[in-house]
Amino acid sequence: MAKKLMKGNEAIGEAAVQAGCRHYFAYPITPQTEVAEYLVRRMPEVDGVFLQAESEVAASNMLFGASAAGVRTFTSSSSPGISLMAESISYIAGAQLPVVYVNIMRGGPGLGGILPAQSDYFQATKGGGHGDYHLLVLAPSTVQEAVDHVILAFELAEKYRNPVMVLGDGMIGQMMEPVQFPAEAVTEPPDRPWATVGMKNRPQNLIRSLFLNADELEANNLELRAKYDLMERDEVRFEFYHADEEMDVMVVAYGTMARIAKTAIDALRADGVKVGLVRPISLYPFPKRAVREAAGRAKAVLVVELSTGQMVEDVEWAAPEGVPIHFFGKVGGNIPPPEDISEEISKVLGGKATPRGLYGRVEEAS
Amino acid sequence: MTAATIFGTPESLTDRVTHYCPGCTHGIIHRLVAESLDELGLRETTVGIAPVGCAVLAYHYFACDFQEAPHGRAPALATGAKRARPDLTVFTYQGDGDLASIGTAELIHAANRGEKFTIIFVNNAIYGMTGGQMAPTTMPGQVTSTSPAGRDVDQVGYPLRVAELIATLRTPSYVERVSVHTPHHIINAKRAVRQAFEYQKAGRCFSLVEVLSTCPTNWGLTPLESLKWVEETMLPYYPLGLKKSPDDEV
Repeated sequence: MAKKLMKGNEAIGEAAVQAGCRHYFAYPITPQTEVAEYLVRRMPEVDGVFLQAESEVAASNMLFGASAAGVRTFTSSSSPGISLMAESISYIAGAQLPVVYVNIMRGGPGLGGILPAQSDYFQATKGGGHGDYHLLVLAPSTVQEAVDHVILAFELAEKYRNPVMVLGDGMIGQMMEPVQFPAEAVTEPPDRPWATVGMKNRPQNLIRSLFLNADELEANNLELRAKYDLMERDEVRFEFYHADEEMDVMVVAYGTMARIAKTAIDALRADGVKVGLVRPISLYPFPKRAVREAAGRAKAVLVVELSTGQMVEDVEWAAPEGVPIHFFGKVGGNIPPPEDISEEISKVLGGKATPRGLYGRVEEAS
Repeated sequence: MTAATIFGTPESLTDRVTHYCPGCTHGIIHRLVAESLDELGLRETTVGIAPVGCAVLAYHYFACDFQEAPHGRAPALATGAKRARPDLTVFTYQGDGDLASIGTAELIHAANRGEKFTIIFVNNAIYGMTGGQMAPTTMPGQVTSTSPAGRDVDQVGYPLRVAELIATLRTPSYVERVSVHTPHHIINAKRAVRQAFEYQKAGRCFSLVEVLSTCPTNWGLTPLESLKWVEETMLPYYPLGLKKSPDDEV
C-alpha cells in the first residue's frame, strides 16, 4: 500500500478499521474529534458501528457491553474525557475485557486547554480509576507510529484481555504526515469462549468485577497481577537513540518531546557533544531496565516532558544511585523548540542546571 | 396415572436460593422475566445486565449470560452489546437508585435513541442494598435513613415518575407501569414483561417496564403491610398502566 498523507486523528481512525475494529463509541472533545468525524463516514463502508454517545461515561460503558459481547471495540478521547471514562476503565480492567482507548492529551488540570500536553502520564500509567489495575500504555511519537500502535493495541488487548491505551499528545492528533498501513493489518481475533453471547449448550458466561468473597477478590487481584508480570516481562518497548554508547547527558523523553529532543541531540552531536536519548514507547510497562542500563553509561540524565514532571519519577526510580537527574518541562500547551532543549542540555553539561532543573522541587525538611 | 408437572422453576432461572429478604418481590419479578424468556424461546440468546443495588447478584439467579455494570450504566452496556450483536436479546434489570438517580443520563439517551433492548425497572421507593436511604422515587414524607424526618419535598422535590418521563420522548417505545402486590397485578405484570420482550424479539423498539416492588426490611413493615403500602401509598402517586406504545402516533 502506498504512503498517504493523513492527519494523525484520521490516521488513528483508519488504523482501527484496518485492524478489524468495527465498533466505535465516542463523545466529541478537542483535540481528537476528527477521529469521530472520520469514522462516522468510514464505519458504514465496512458495515461497522459508529455511535455518538451522550457522554464519555456512556461511551466507555458501551465499549464495556460491546467487548463483553465479543467484538473488537475502541474509543478516542482527550484528557477530561478520559477522566470521565476512568470509572469504567477500572471495571473493564477488573472484568478482564479487551478494549482500546486512544487519549490525545491536552493540558490540564480541569478543563485546562486544548493544546498539546503530556500531563496524563500519571493517570495513564498509575491508575486513573480506582483499584489495583494497570492499563498497557503505548506512546507514539509520529503519526506512523500512532497507526502502528493502534493496530498493536488491539492485538495486545486481546492477548491479555486487558484495556490498552494509546497515549498521544495533541501534536500527534493534529499534525499531518505520510503514513503507510500494513498490507495485512487484521489479526485473527482469538477465540472468546468467555464472551456473553447467549448460553447455548454451555454453562453461564459472566462478565463482572464484583467479588464479595475476600478470597475470590484476592484471586482476581492476583490473576490481574500475574498478567501485569507477564507484560513487564514481555511487552517493554523503547528506543535507544545514541544511548548505547557513553554519554555526557542522557535525555529521556517520549512522544512529541522525544521527537523534538532528537533534533536537539542531532545538532549537539554535530558539535561533538556526547548526548543520547532513551525513548520509552511502552509507558506501562516502563522500560526500567533499559533506563537503568543506559543511565549507567551517562554522567547525567535530563528528562524532558510536556508536564511539570511525571515520567521523571519513574526515571528516578529506575536510574542507578549517583547519577544526577535533571528535569525540563513545558506546560500549558507551549511546545519548546529544539533550541530550548539544547540549551538545557548545555546547562547540564556546564554544571549549571539545578537537580530536577525547571520546576525543581525543594528538598524535604529533615 | 402418570404425574404431570403443572408448575416448576422456569428454565431461565437457576435453583439457587436468593439473598433477597423475606417479603421482597424481586423474586416474583425475576420469575416473570424468566417465564417470558422461556415462552418466547429466547433464553439461549439472552444477555442480562445486572445493576448495582439489591439485584447486583441477579446473575446468580438467571440461567443466561450476564454482564455486571457499574452503578447506573446498565443501559450503556446494553447499548454496546445490542449494537454489537443485534441478534442477542438484551435486558437490564435495575432498581430505582441505579436507574432513576445515578443512571438517568444513560436511561434517557438509550430510550431516546430507541435502543432495541428491554429495561426491567424495579421501583421500591428506597435504596435497599445500602440499607434504606432516600431515593429519587421515595414518597413524600417517607422516612428513610437519609430522610429521618420524612422526605421533605421543599428540599428535595417530588418523587420521579420514570415511566411518565420516558413516555414524553418522541422516539417510539413501549413503556408500561405495573405492580406485583396482588396475584391479579402479577398476572398483568407478566403480560407487560412478555410484551416488552416480544417487541424486542420483533426488533421493534426500546421497551421499559416499571414494576412497583416492596422493601419490607427498609420500609420497616411486615411483608403483608408492605403489600398494603404499595396499594395505598405508591399506587395513587405511581398510576399503573400503558404509558407509551410503539403504535402511538409519533
